[in-house]
Amino acid sequence: MAEAKRARPKPTPETQHFWDGTKAGELRLQRCDACAHVYFPPRPFCPSCASRKVSVFKASGKGTLYSYVINHRPAAPGFTPPYAIAVVALEEGPRLMSNITGCPQTPEALELDMALEVTFEALDEQITLPLFRPAKG
Amino acid sequence: MRRNQVAVVGAAETTELGIIPTMSQIQLHADAALNAIADAGLKLSDIDGFATAVETPQQICHYLGIAPTWVDGTSVGGCSFMLHVRHAAAAIEAGLCKTVLITHAESGKSMIGKQPRSIAPDSLQGQFEAPFGVYGPPSMFPIPVLRYMKTYGITHEQLAMVAVVQREWAAKNPRAMMKDPITVDDVLNSRMIAYPFRLLQCCLVTDGGGALILTSADRAKDFPQKPVYILGTGESVETPMVSQMETFNSSRAFKVAGPLAFKEAGINHADVDHLMIYDAFAHLPLFGLGDLGFMPHEETGPFIAAGHTRPGGKLPLNTNGGGLSYMHSGMYGMYALQESVRQMRGIAPAQVPNAKISVCHGVGGMFAASGTIIFTNER
Repeated sequence: MAEAKRARPKPTPETQHFWDGTKAGELRLQRCDACAHVYFPPRPFCPSCASRKVSVFKASGKGTLYSYVINHRPAAPGFTPPYAIAVVALEEGPRLMSNITGCPQTPEALELDMALEVTFEALDEQITLPLFRPAKG
Repeated sequence: MRRNQVAVVGAAETTELGIIPTMSQIQLHADAALNAIADAGLKLSDIDGFATAVETPQQICHYLGIAPTWVDGTSVGGCSFMLHVRHAAAAIEAGLCKTVLITHAESGKSMIGKQPRSIAPDSLQGQFEAPFGVYGPPSMFPIPVLRYMKTYGITHEQLAMVAVVQREWAAKNPRAMMKDPITVDDVLNSRMIAYPFRLLQCCLVTDGGGALILTSADRAKDFPQKPVYILGTGESVETPMVSQMETFNSSRAFKVAGPLAFKEAGINHADVDHLMIYDAFAHLPLFGLGDLGFMPHEETGPFIAAGHTRPGGKLPLNTNGGGLSYMHSGMYGMYALQESVRQMRGIAPAQVPNAKISVCHGVGGMFAASGTIIFTNER
């Protein structure tokens, strides 16, 4: 890691459960109680049917690599290039942006649709980020 | 909206384009506005409607000394000006105003009097994208490319050809920033920015601006310039987060805005003589050709690689050189509109002979928004 710090998310009342989850080692998604739609990013209503009756649940943490770039320049503060910025397709349906750890940041190592699993990296005492690594079998 | 009821009667860019360390951002707005006013043979006091993006309408109206009865500050990124044209046409038809000035300017390179873009850490982008190392458009806009390539069998060479062909157009344009010919090898050996994209597949960063003046088609015949009529329009938005697009195989905002404009215009794709697709990065013309319905997505790469969009090709595309080679101050949509107007007036540096219908398609943010304007020079 370079000396400058990585952009730090600041939770809002609607997203606090997500960040509480990552801190507890859980990837939390939301499911609509009315239509069963699973969605991300967090909000206290269903973006598919507008129901306010929604539940938070622990996702499997499994997904596949949907797409990515390997960023060379300009690098974001806290990142040493080249580094991959990935979009992960979660088993439950939603996609989210993340980074891929535990594997070279190269086109050869990063194959689209490869199986991934969530891992957690604490930024500080309050914030833990969900990252992904190649799935172990 | 009814066809051909509103026309562009004034159009101009800033006196200079490129690197302009002598002007602040609001002065670039004024420089473009004064050039457009002169082009239309009007006085500032004739303007009763005003639209701009990023800067507020009050900022620019006060600086220019305009007291409008209608304003639009729609600011959805680089295609904001397409949306302004659509909204202005509706406002003129509704009788809310008679003569609308639309301005864009950006001190994108020199950064004089320009607020730097920032992402609030408690926004959704700040929480769910920024922590993963996105840092400006080059790190975000190309994120869908690898998926798009895999789905449709698009090759790196085809994506390099986008830049090669646009440089051929730029070579014909004295005001283009980059005019030297380039090859596919040059593109694929240029500096890596964000794999799979290299320097020559990313837009320029420049200073400049442009302005348009619209009025009713009935009044347009009394102006000094050949009127350019608004034949069809469309707009939409999807998401400010590239990671949350419905799919990377297509842009939903494109697929809403583009077909809406074609339907309103009552034209088929074969009727299109000239096409502008906002090219902040090399994949955008492919997405545009597919989502606007010119051809299936899998044919877009081969179509460009075969030379069909180059000078002399059957579908002249981005004839000013585009954001890749002409200029890109940060919100390029205004320059695409300017080139469509020049082509319809018959005065473009790389004029398409006898062009009668021009489609101008813009993107805002990273596929966040879209606007399409179809122009014609025949009423």
